[in-house]
Amino acid sequence: MRVMAQMAMVMNLDKCIGCHTCSVTCKQAWTNRSGVEYVWFNNVETRPGQGYPRRYEDQETWRGGWELNKRGRLGLKAGSRFKKLITIFSNPKLPALDDYYEPWTYDYETLTNAPLQEHSPVARPKSLITGKDMKISWSANWDDDLGGSPDHGDKDVLLAGIEEKVKFQFEETFMFYLPRICEHCLNPSCAASCPSGAIYKREEDGIVLVDQDRCRGWRMCVTGCPYKKIYFNHRTGKAEKCTFCFPRVEVGLPTVCSETCVGRLRYIGLMLYDADKVLEAASTPDDTGLYEAQREVFLDPNDPEVIAEAEKADIPRDWIEAAQRSPIHALINTYKVALPLHPEYRTMPMVWYIPPLSPVVDVVRDTGYDAEDSGNLFAAIDALRIPVDYLAQLFTAGDPAPVDAVLRRLAAMRSYMRDINLGREPDGSIPAAVGMGEEQMYDMYRLLALAKYDERYVIPPAHAEQAHNLEELATECSLDYEGGPGMGGAGLPGGSGPFGEASGGASPIAVENFQALRDRQTSDSFASPEDKTARVNLLNWDGKGHPEGLFPPESEQRGSSPNTSGGPETSGTGSGGPDAAGGPEHKEDRP
Amino acid sequence: MTPPAATPVSLPALAAGTAETAGGQAGALDIVLWVVLPYIALTMFIAGHVWRYRYDKFGWTTRSSQLHESRLLRIGSPLFHFGILVVLLGHIGGLVIPKSWTEAAGISEHTYHVTAVVLGTIAGISTLAGIAILVYRRRTVGPVFMATTRNDKFMYLLLVLAIVLGLVATVAANVVGGGYDYRTTISPWFRGVFFFQPDAALMAGAPVLFQLHALSALALFAAWPFTRLVHMLTAPLGYLTRPYIVYRSRDVQLGSRGPRRGWERV
Repeated sequence: MRVMAQMAMVMNLDKCIGCHTCSVTCKQAWTNRSGVEYVWFNNVETRPGQGYPRRYEDQETWRGGWELNKRGRLGLKAGSRFKKLITIFSNPKLPALDDYYEPWTYDYETLTNAPLQEHSPVARPKSLITGKDMKISWSANWDDDLGGSPDHGDKDVLLAGIEEKVKFQFEETFMFYLPRICEHCLNPSCAASCPSGAIYKREEDGIVLVDQDRCRGWRMCVTGCPYKKIYFNHRTGKAEKCTFCFPRVEVGLPTVCSETCVGRLRYIGLMLYDADKVLEAASTPDDTGLYEAQREVFLDPNDPEVIAEAEKADIPRDWIEAAQRSPIHALINTYKVALPLHPEYRTMPMVWYIPPLSPVVDVVRDTGYDAEDSGNLFAAIDALRIPVDYLAQLFTAGDPAPVDAVLRRLAAMRSYMRDINLGREPDGSIPAAVGMGEEQMYDMYRLLALAKYDERYVIPPAHAEQAHNLEELATECSLDYEGGPGMGGAGLPGGSGPFGEASGGASPIAVENFQALRDRQTSDSFASPEDKTARVNLLNWDGKGHPEGLFPPESEQRGSSPNTSGGPETSGTGSGGPDAAGGPEHKEDRP
Repeated sequence: MTPPAATPVSLPALAAGTAETAGGQAGALDIVLWVVLPYIALTMFIAGHVWRYRYDKFGWTTRSSQLHESRLLRIGSPLFHFGILVVLLGHIGGLVIPKSWTEAAGISEHTYHVTAVVLGTIAGISTLAGIAILVYRRRTVGPVFMATTRNDKFMYLLLVLAIVLGLVATVAANVVGGGYDYRTTISPWFRGVFFFQPDAALMAGAPVLFQLHALSALALFAAWPFTRLVHMLTAPLGYLTRPYIVYRSRDVQLGSRGPRRGWERV
């Protein structure tokens, strides 16, 4: 047994309202640059739909992920290493920009600059690639909310085979949203496809990253990833991908997409898994066996044997505890309501989904029956084969049984909790019908419906003591402090070092920023908490004048001090070097 | 001595070299061209790569434009790259391996010559055709043209010049002229550069086209580390032997400052 920890995510699709806030905030944080205009580390797809890039799930075309060869051994679907090197000069399976979309902006300037004319001026769309006028014909979510589905709805890869029935029955009723980020797979085929070895999986938390200094732009990873979540920056010529917001996760904060999720449908936590069993599980002969095989790879963090092995593998104690409290572990293995996205790609994805019950509920409600009665819902799950088949295509390689089981659990929870909410006697037979106890069902309800911030996101911070020589690192004393700053740490916001004000060196910017962010997020007031010293952000200060709060307020007017009104001393007449101007005298003048 | 290039001569004469300089003494200009310049180019090539690697790892990439266009690239790029690889092998065979070695291995001058000319011409022409397609693509496909920097244009110029001159020299020497055995002149000079004993007189006697080809190649090598051609030195041959999945620990240095010098505080 080789225990490794993996940072993982589960999304509860029933709660997704398709608002794209996750996509937009992710883009603001990570891909708001030229060269990656078309890149969406996080995107939200309407299902049924083609996805982004178009028809990315058609692996017979794109050849992403792994497949078993004739001898039953796992190999890249796009071909052997040798084949990859031979085709390196022109990757035969690379999506073109047209498969994504041509990014554009609008010529807003004409709206204000245009001369007086008969017709009002128009802001024409301009391509961000060529800078020329363009006709917009597609974008990252052109088919949002089934828009245009009469024209291209049948292009959904998963509808092959059931498209006839779809048109007749559920085009209006069956629709849900699928937010997607990088899967941070246990067996990442992008990393395996990279000729340079630039894509790596982090030992500590399993986050898959591209080393920008080692990427040479061979483009094989774009082909290798079956989820098409590696993007090629056409300016820098390097691959970029979702980072699981590692700078945030390292200090215990959730990813930007999770943080800003309106529906609070994302859960983040650790999974412990046995790295020795990954290859074997990924080589499971039957596609439909992959979901169970991957669950077998996960380890029970409460098992004393696993804990002992994890400690041997240098996994810190608080990480093991976090794995025990992990909502991911609960949703995947305890309640068994989360399913992997496309396990048949054999990459062992680590962003899982709770399939939506809402299509079923909607149908039941529309037909006038009680949509919260477990009997009705169970019957509907059985009757509505198309949603179940479609979800099975997404989550279990086509096997409807696990999807069925999950939907039944969710339906059971719905009707069991209704009795409690209405003050009626809870019906123990409902949880029993789906193989759960009453207490377990209530716990699941708590996690799915009520869980607070710290229950949804159980993220242990990265461990600084593993590397003593780090400067700008969130150490435990600066982030996990109790009862205020300054407990041993020097120079914290509002705190002081062992020898008084400003002793002990400056506090690292990262620590300060994350500290401030966390304070803001966990405090009850919108403004900065009272016990924190008012701070001014000098990162945006251009040296002109002095922003309010640069110096602490003076308790008494001292009037004659030459430095109180003159702005920064260094901007004076310039006699003497910066040392003379900003040095000791400066300090003496401070109250 | 007048440099050979200054004398107007017919094509066969160009190909055969000027008789009076062959095996003669090297003048000052020859020393500059065939002793000083090679070392400048070599120094720039090596030091440039070291510098680029240390200061611009992020810029070390192929800067592929396949995302914008792949129909022409699918033909042009493999044609060019495989062609230039064969050309590279040919240059190693012709310049690095001494004539005496191949003869000792039982390859007669004639066999070598025919093989070299046939393979070299085919490879040269496919290289040229490939780069022609690529340059055409770069000029005509809007997004690709937009992504072309001045540096790229300069590099293309040097590259095309070296390829064309090399091909013309070969064709002129073998098809129009009666053949030129560069393995007795250019090759020893080339090896001499690496033994720090370059004999300028050997090159001074070579046909003008070969000389021009060598000069254009020197210019290309000097510019090499500062262009996108750097991707050649990181050809991913290690991919064949490394494990599929790379695991790495978190970066040792996460902050903006490096670790302090001296003893580590524990």
